[in-house]
Amino acid sequence: MMKLSKYVLYDILRSKVVLAYTLFLFVISISLFRMEENNGKAMLSLLNIILIVVPLISMVFSTIHYYNSYEFIELMLAQPMSRTRILLSEYSGVALSLISAFFIGVGVPVLIFSPDPIGLAMIFTGCALTLVFTSIAFWASVKARDKARGIGFALLLWFYFALIYDGLILLILFTFSDYPLEKLTLVLSALNPVDLGRIFIMLKMDVSALMGYTGALYQDFFGSFKGMLFTTIIMLLWAIIPLFGAIRTFNKKDL
Amino acid sequence: MIRIENISKGFKKLQALDHVSARFDRGKVISLIGPNGSGKTTLIKCILGMVKPKKGKIFVNEVQINGDPCYRKNIGYMPQIGRYPDNMKVGQLFTMMKNVRNASENDLDTDLIVKFNLVAIFDKPMRTLSGGTRQKVSAALAFYFNPGILILDEPTAGLDPLSSEILKDKIIAEKKKNKLILITSHILSDLDDFATDIMYLQEGKLQFFKNIETLRKETGEPKLGKAIAKIMKSQLQKSWVDDVLNIETENEE
Repeated sequence: MMKLSKYVLYDILRSKVVLAYTLFLFVISISLFRMEENNGKAMLSLLNIILIVVPLISMVFSTIHYYNSYEFIELMLAQPMSRTRILLSEYSGVALSLISAFFIGVGVPVLIFSPDPIGLAMIFTGCALTLVFTSIAFWASVKARDKARGIGFALLLWFYFALIYDGLILLILFTFSDYPLEKLTLVLSALNPVDLGRIFIMLKMDVSALMGYTGALYQDFFGSFKGMLFTTIIMLLWAIIPLFGAIRTFNKKDL
Repeated sequence: MIRIENISKGFKKLQALDHVSARFDRGKVISLIGPNGSGKTTLIKCILGMVKPKKGKIFVNEVQINGDPCYRKNIGYMPQIGRYPDNMKVGQLFTMMKNVRNASENDLDTDLIVKFNLVAIFDKPMRTLSGGTRQKVSAALAFYFNPGILILDEPTAGLDPLSSEILKDKIIAEKKKNKLILITSHILSDLDDFATDIMYLQEGKLQFFKNIETLRKETGEPKLGKAIAKIMKSQLQKSWVDDVLNIETENEE
């Protein structure tokens, strides 16, 4: 498996897209930290950028990479190599390169300027989101036969998780504002990895004090060890389930 | 070596394979022929596990194909259209395949690499190669690991006459080593030199599967093309081979 991943990684590095992504993240992180007087403010801006950019790039890049390496996959299928192994090698190659890009682009500046629990939480969330959205993108591209449909589907999913989902939650909160909804919103947030990541980091920041009673409840939950465990497990599930679905579909597919 | 039992496969409306059964033994060169879209490539892809048949079983070396990819160690496959990673160089491609298959240097068959002079283009990226050169790479790759079973999907299409002869000689040489060779082609005269059995598919159905000598005896025609045409004429009203032969003879005249 490592052998195949090595070739996948090699192919990715040649295309230089990941290098550009790394540089982009690095420039943004550094300039945010240099511009803002207060590191906390810089972290907040960085958080918002990460929650939008990381899922988007992970989705689009993974989808395009999958379709571009279709020839490679075809070639490998005629070799004594199981389909699961081929897809997992592709996945690990893509995920590894995107995570390294994130770690160098955002992780290193954060560790330099703000080496505290918030920083660590941010790095953890970014890496987890990369894994999650790469999985989702793989599932989408294995399901869709042609490139245009695959990328379209991936973008739609990104819109849903990054933008539409929040709108839906707000709608629910306003409609049922007469009822106690704290527990429900906790569950709803787990259904969207982006929201989960946002809440997880926000509650470690000072701004959480502004969120009133709900914030206090969340703080109580996410601040504890149980909350950490909860976030980690949900994020892992978000990464594993789509990947599992992708492998299942890939194993049944005619190629 | 390969046994196919009642394979069926449909793609949406099209029935690509319809209850096909056959048995391919060691030392034979089996020619799969039939019109475009008759299910030849689908049958090959079923054997390779790329296409999953809806019904039926396939055994390679007495082991049923069901997800375990090990049996492919013994198969060399040359696709109809070889598609390779664009950025990869020809030399890298061979090294990669060697790595991936865990092959030792001694078992490799570099005959075709030498004869096609592929070493000269080892540092060229795959995307810059012409269709014919790509075919040569595919062919060299299929024979590279000295497999017991060779599956060649239209091997001579797109090759220049000289290269085509080299490949044919190689096929004959491998046949003598008691290997099983499965070959599809539309150029029937090519098959005359080495085919031992003919398997004719039409619209996914197996029309006949015969030894070439019996075929020649039954029809009294020494040429493969004419022999098949004769059989088809007696079996089917509208014969595809007939049309092909008409065109071929017209061209010769």
